[in-house]
Amino acid sequence: MNAIVVNELTKKFGDLIAVDNVSFSVKEGELFGLLGPNGAGKTTIINMLTTLLVPTSGSALIAGFDIRNDPDNVRSNIGIIFQDPSLDIGLTGRENLEFHAMMYNIGAEERRTRIAEVLSVVHLENKADTLVEYYSGGMKRRLEIARGLIHYPRVLFLDEPTLGLDAQTRRSIWDYIRNLNREYKTTVILTTHYMEEADYLCERIAIIDNGKIIALDTPQRLKDEYKSDSVSLTIEGPSDPLLSGLKGKEWVREIAADNGNVLLKVINGEDNIPHLFQIAHATGVVISSVSLHKPSLEDVFIHLTGASIREEDGSKRAGMREKHRRRMMR
Amino acid sequence: MIQFTAIYVLWLREMIKYVRAKSRIVGAVAMPIFMLVFLGLGFRQVEVPGIPGEIGYIQYLVPGILGMTILFSSAYTGMGVIMDRQYGFLKEVLVTPASRVSIVIGMMAGGATISLIQATMMMVLSVLIGFRLPSLPQIAIAIVIMLLISVIFINIGLTLSSVLKDFHGFNMIINFIVFPLFLLSGALFPVANLPGVIRVFSYIDPLTYGVDALRGIMIGYSEFSLAMDIAILAALGAVTVFMSGYFFQKGEAL
Ligand SMILES: Nc1ncnc2c1ncn2[C@@H]1O[C@H](COP(=O)(O)OP(=O)(O)OP(=O)(O)O)[C@@H](O)[C@H]1O
Ligand SMILES: [Mg+2]
Repeated sequence: MNAIVVNELTKKFGDLIAVDNVSFSVKEGELFGLLGPNGAGKTTIINMLTTLLVPTSGSALIAGFDIRNDPDNVRSNIGIIFQDPSLDIGLTGRENLEFHAMMYNIGAEERRTRIAEVLSVVHLENKADTLVEYYSGGMKRRLEIARGLIHYPRVLFLDEPTLGLDAQTRRSIWDYIRNLNREYKTTVILTTHYMEEADYLCERIAIIDNGKIIALDTPQRLKDEYKSDSVSLTIEGPSDPLLSGLKGKEWVREIAADNGNVLLKVINGEDNIPHLFQIAHATGVVISSVSLHKPSLEDVFIHLTGASIREEDGSKRAGMREKHRRRMMR
Repeated sequence: MIQFTAIYVLWLREMIKYVRAKSRIVGAVAMPIFMLVFLGLGFRQVEVPGIPGEIGYIQYLVPGILGMTILFSSAYTGMGVIMDRQYGFLKEVLVTPASRVSIVIGMMAGGATISLIQATMMMVLSVLIGFRLPSLPQIAIAIVIMLLISVIFINIGLTLSSVLKDFHGFNMIINFIVFPLFLLSGALFPVANLPGVIRVFSYIDPLTYGVDALRGIMIGYSEFSLAMDIAILAALGAVTVFMSGYFFQKGEAL
């Protein structure tokens, strides 16, 4: 059974189409990732799936319930960690957790155990009774994560959960999420800016740009399909004989040569480097050094969207969209 | 549809924050106290036209100040919801399984409790400047009336907070709605003293009937009959509850 079925979902803000006819489904118990540059529409999709925004058109089922017609049932099956702050800073960390758990009707006994459990996952045991107002940014983020994990929802939405957290905390959160997924069959859908995160956690990834899904597959297949390995060679003497020898080989995707340096895009680099040497040998070219670079998910991402996924160097387009959004919010 | 735990959580949160926010307690009663002390003592000897001489201005003023206290405190609740929306906490509440109705009731319960606490504080203070308290049963009825007033204004506040999501807009509302509502209500002087055109606005101001009902029960003097005041307040209470529920249900959370 599918935990999430999204059918031609669209959201317009004025004349801006933030989410454009998106369809996908997520299996029960799957870890699913949404990847895309700033302003791609990830948060908007999540807001619609969690019933906070009403779609302009299209529909979606969460745990079998329609987000438009049955929002109450959708809400009792989901949990969400928001991208933007959503804590009550006038309460202590423990009170935030306590109230959240009570809203989900978790009994007093169980509440105590689970609060202790999530506090230790995010390393906030010592700060639990301090007002959230006095937390650091990272501590607030950790508290939000703890709160989203308390009630063991069937479908858990994580909107850039570990943005800005230190590596150690991130790792322990990832492991906890994996564990929830394994032990309680929690379906997880997460957006992230961290490629390692998507690679480590997600079984399947949808890459989103301009409100549309432009690729959807397992991380491994995305890497295989969209980007071949890079092999760079340093050769002695002219490179032309080698280049003509390589032409027409189906495992060579791209060739670029510059004096003694040859850069190749090759499928299955480690298997094909020996062939490369054979051809060089046959054409009388001497290779003096070789290096192999395996693609990362980030390379795939840049290849598909033309934008780097990190915020600091997001595309100009995303920046414009962000400006547009700020104007709309005023 | 009504989840008591959710209502209790929202009420409790309001109480905890109220107790912690000393400045809010002081801020919310400071204005009514100034009014009470300066107007009450200043006009003590004055014959205000339209107020029977044997009543005395302090007796006349105190129910008006109680109405004002509730109006301001309820407006605070509406402002609190806008702030929750701005700081993101509202969406956290809205994705929980709690029904919209329970959320509205929970916010209302918290706001109304605070209004009543503040009004009770004012009542005690007013004794210090010479207000003669009515009998206990009359005080009990006065508290019910105050509850009605507070329900009406909290729901108006909640409705506005779903319609106007921007905080600065809400400050305007304090100046352009809350103050006029207060001044028009006859809290300080009889509505009959106002010119005809303005009096029309007084009669559509819910607080007019609230203050009048409080006077009726607390000092035995009112412009309308107590039954009519209470009927109008109850009807307005019901209408505003449905109104805020409707807008809360319908509006998008973000
Ligand atoms: N409430 C809104 N009003 C108007 N435009 C909006 C609103 N929310 C989002 N947008 C616009 O919709 C588009 C998608 O925004 P969204 O927040 O979904 O992006 P995102 O993929 O989550 O980006 P990020 O990685 O920065 O979080 C953006 O162009 C944004 O400006
Ligand atoms: Mg986002």
